[in-house]
Amino acid sequence: MVKNVLLLDSEGRRVAVKYYTDEWPTYSAKLAFERSISCKTQKTNARTEAEIVMFDDNVVVYKFIQDLHFFVTGGDCENELALATVLQGFSDAVTLLLRGNVDHGEALENLDAIFLCLDEIVDAGMILETVGNMIAGKVATHNLDDGAPLSEQTITQALATAREHLTRSLLR
Amino acid sequence: MSQYVKKDDDLDEEAEYSPFSGIEKGAVLQEARCFNDAQIDSRRCSQVITKLLYLLNQGETFTKTEATEVFFSVTKLFQAKDPGLRRMTYLIIKELSPSSDEVIIVTSSLMKDMNSKTDVYRANAIRVLCRITDGTLLTQIERYLKQAIVDKNPVVASAALVSGIHLLQTNPEIVKRWSNEVQEAVQSRAALVQFHALALLQQIRQNDRLAVSKLVTSLTKGTVRSPLAQCLLIRYTSQVIRESSMNGQTGDRPFYDYLEGCLRHKSEMVIFEAATAITELSGVTSRELTPAITVLQLFLSSSKPVLRFAAVRTLNKVAMTHPMAVTTCNIDMESLISDQNRSIATLAITTLLKTGNESGVDRLMKQITSFMSDIADEFKIVVVYAIRSLCLKFPLKFRTLMNFLSNILREEGGFEYKKAIVDSIVTIISDIPDAKEAGLLHLCEFIEDCEFTYLSTQILHFLGIEGPKTSDPSKYIRYIYNRVILENATVRASAVSTLAKFGAMVDSLKPRIFVLLRRCLYDNDDEVRDRATLYLNTIGGDGSVVETDKDVKGFLFGPLDLPLANLEASLKNYEPSEEPFDINSVPKEVKAQPFAEKKSAAKKPTGLGAPPVAPTSTADSYEKLLLSIPEFSSFGKLFKSSAPVELTESETEYEVNVVKHIFDQHVVFQYNCTNTIPEQLLEDVTIVVDASEAEEFEEVAPKPLKSLPYGTPGQTFVEFEKPEGVPAVGKFSNVLRFIVKEVDPSTGEAEEDGVEDEYQLEEFEVVAADYMLKVGVSNFRNAWESLGPEFERVDEYGLGPRESLKEAVSAVINLLGMQPCEGTEVVAANSRSHTCLLSGVYIGNVKVAVRLSFGVDSAKEVAMKLAVRSEDAAVSDAIHELVAN
Repeated sequence: MVKNVLLLDSEGRRVAVKYYTDEWPTYSAKLAFERSISCKTQKTNARTEAEIVMFDDNVVVYKFIQDLHFFVTGGDCENELALATVLQGFSDAVTLLLRGNVDHGEALENLDAIFLCLDEIVDAGMILETVGNMIAGKVATHNLDDGAPLSEQTITQALATAREHLTRSLLR
Repeated sequence: MSQYVKKDDDLDEEAEYSPFSGIEKGAVLQEARCFNDAQIDSRRCSQVITKLLYLLNQGETFTKTEATEVFFSVTKLFQAKDPGLRRMTYLIIKELSPSSDEVIIVTSSLMKDMNSKTDVYRANAIRVLCRITDGTLLTQIERYLKQAIVDKNPVVASAALVSGIHLLQTNPEIVKRWSNEVQEAVQSRAALVQFHALALLQQIRQNDRLAVSKLVTSLTKGTVRSPLAQCLLIRYTSQVIRESSMNGQTGDRPFYDYLEGCLRHKSEMVIFEAATAITELSGVTSRELTPAITVLQLFLSSSKPVLRFAAVRTLNKVAMTHPMAVTTCNIDMESLISDQNRSIATLAITTLLKTGNESGVDRLMKQITSFMSDIADEFKIVVVYAIRSLCLKFPLKFRTLMNFLSNILREEGGFEYKKAIVDSIVTIISDIPDAKEAGLLHLCEFIEDCEFTYLSTQILHFLGIEGPKTSDPSKYIRYIYNRVILENATVRASAVSTLAKFGAMVDSLKPRIFVLLRRCLYDNDDEVRDRATLYLNTIGGDGSVVETDKDVKGFLFGPLDLPLANLEASLKNYEPSEEPFDINSVPKEVKAQPFAEKKSAAKKPTGLGAPPVAPTSTADSYEKLLLSIPEFSSFGKLFKSSAPVELTESETEYEVNVVKHIFDQHVVFQYNCTNTIPEQLLEDVTIVVDASEAEEFEEVAPKPLKSLPYGTPGQTFVEFEKPEGVPAVGKFSNVLRFIVKEVDPSTGEAEEDGVEDEYQLEEFEVVAADYMLKVGVSNFRNAWESLGPEFERVDEYGLGPRESLKEAVSAVINLLGMQPCEGTEVVAANSRSHTCLLSGVYIGNVKVAVRLSFGVDSAKEVAMKLAVRSEDAAVSDAIHELVAN
């Protein structure tokens, strides 16, 4: 059971977030959680490997890419590695969708894709998909031109493009 | 997507470049009108939806009308063919969460999409529809959902399964009908479909242990593809193991081999889950633990922080129960002390503190000292508590550990952290006599420069108890009197109390203490002056140095054996008069917290809801009520009032319950009657009590109730005489007798003439538990020892087959009507035996302590050993009779 998935900027402001429990019932409670988690993790270096922290009986795994901070929260009896897999899937998918230019501005420009991405990873707390490629594939289908026929093939195509972008960004 | 961004370019040339800067709700809602255009511009509509989602995500809320308006326009977008736009449409519908009467508008469109040829449409339409639908609609689409579960496209199948998991909460009866399809999906070749199907199937069957057990048996033998599904299976397996061991099977643990096999899985997630499951098995043996500890140890040196954290967290838990099993990891743990991730480092340290041996303590403390300076307070608190338990484990090492604590006490830190340190020092002083003098001096030094009033007063109180017993009490006086000079009123007042305690206990210090106390008489705070005057008078401050008598010591040091809430209530009721306040009139019974309240508090420890309402003090109101009736005022002090016993079913014509008030020589039954018929007025309401089965009771006089109109409860009383101080028991049957008059509902006026009528009530008993007061003791062992073995009675009883051990324990507690002590009323799940400690005061003010030992065998036969100690042999026997009957 995933409690929330957050994408914040480097100052802890929201880019896109999704909560799946009423543990933070109000908007201000949510904001307070985001601020404190951002504050707590600010000084850590979660760039190469995902980091982890216990926070009010919740396990939070997080990862930073440039000025984007990715967080996944779960209860304290959750398998930490499962949460880390969700986090990995999320950050991979976003990297693919932003074609390797993972930064705040680019994320805002493609906010629709990010929203869809959140929608495809977790459904009301249940993990839907954890493989970045698959998530990006499901989202990317719609970035094609209007009226394009939607079939299995186009998904594969989109995936191929996405993968290509990833390799390119890695080689850079 | 970049088009609309460019449009905003000229608006936005700041450093922080955002396509959404200056966005405004009103304007976006205006833009949303484009959804209604005859020619839908998909790109533009997508952009507007993104803006709406952005606003919602930033905490903007739409009013009901706004949301409805947007929702209606969004429904128009189903005409568009653009897949991207369709996806955004799904998303915004979910976010707007339309009300049930609005849902109907999109239902048909979504159902059409559910049957479309495009898999992505189908999957999403299912998820949206299941999210917004209600029960009635669900029956219409059930057929499609069942098909979708076994669909060959994994995305569609997963969407239906996950929706099923959510729907199970609201419409379980419908989802349960899908068992066959879900069962089929469990065998799916697609990894995630299997995962979702397994989760749903287990939830459908979670109340059927046998079915879950079967499911686990078949799957542990088969192939499970996804690591996530494997983790779920491991969880269900350990659940089955837990439940089967409860039924008392002996021999090899079932499924252990499966768990152990999972330790060799290729996915780390599965290995970790299996290792954790093994460590959490109840009564795990060290042979079973070893393989799990080995894999966790490997994780400790992983390059991934998440993996290290997970492993060290599990090992930390194991160290609480099986410290020896974890010692093999100590070397790896030590290297983790310097881990970049402070959570990992703290967990490693606390684990080491739990597993470390005596010789390693000094070295370990050195490592921790350097580490303490650069972690946050919350981690430091964890470390402090770990050090405390280490100190209690190795009392010889107290010097090192106490030094460490006093050093960190001097450093900067917040209240919680300082409090943890002070608490730890106090515990160590109480448990290790050798540590006392050093510890007290550390605390004295701390209060010389302490910014927390609460901690200062706590320490002063503690000093007052422990200080006079040390070899040289005079050296503490300086620290204490400094408080009187330097601190705020609260601290000054408690310093005065502490001084008085020294004066009372140490005769040689008395003259000097008197001088100091007299100075306090000129303090500018009332409380401080009052205390000084009080103490000067009680310990004889008129100059004569006399032996402090016992009463004074009792007053200064004795515990206040009254619940503070009761004392407060009694003081509030006290009206200033000639008669002094009598502390003996305060009821001693601990009031039971309303259960529901406790539960909700436990559920939401950080809840932001309203603070819990204080429990209404029923005992007080009863006493007041009884005292207001002249007949009862001569009975003396009320000993106990029982909880109300219902004498009618709920929702009958007349609702009656009875409260039993026990006095020394009398018993008063208070019948609370409610008339639930609006057309009736009852007059001269009496209860005719047949006490033929209660021999020792003699009826005195019933006190009838003049009239009982509709809806307002009224009381009628019946009083009985009984032999003094004797716990007489008996059965009472009751008939409600009254004159009924018709009431005209329109005018509310009653007719002149009434008819006499009777109403049969259920019978009730006065049992021995009614003579038992629930009085808790803070230290059961002391209470038990002080009662002595003189009137101890021990016997064993078979309670027959019971539902569970827990049920048996609470039944016996209720039967005895005593207060469980030290939380022993809580029975650990799956435990096979339990010891429960009870205390109470029996009528005649006889203290009673009870030790109950329960055991349960595989057939759920519960046996109990009952040991009673009291101040009276007859009472001890009476308790046994209670159980024997």
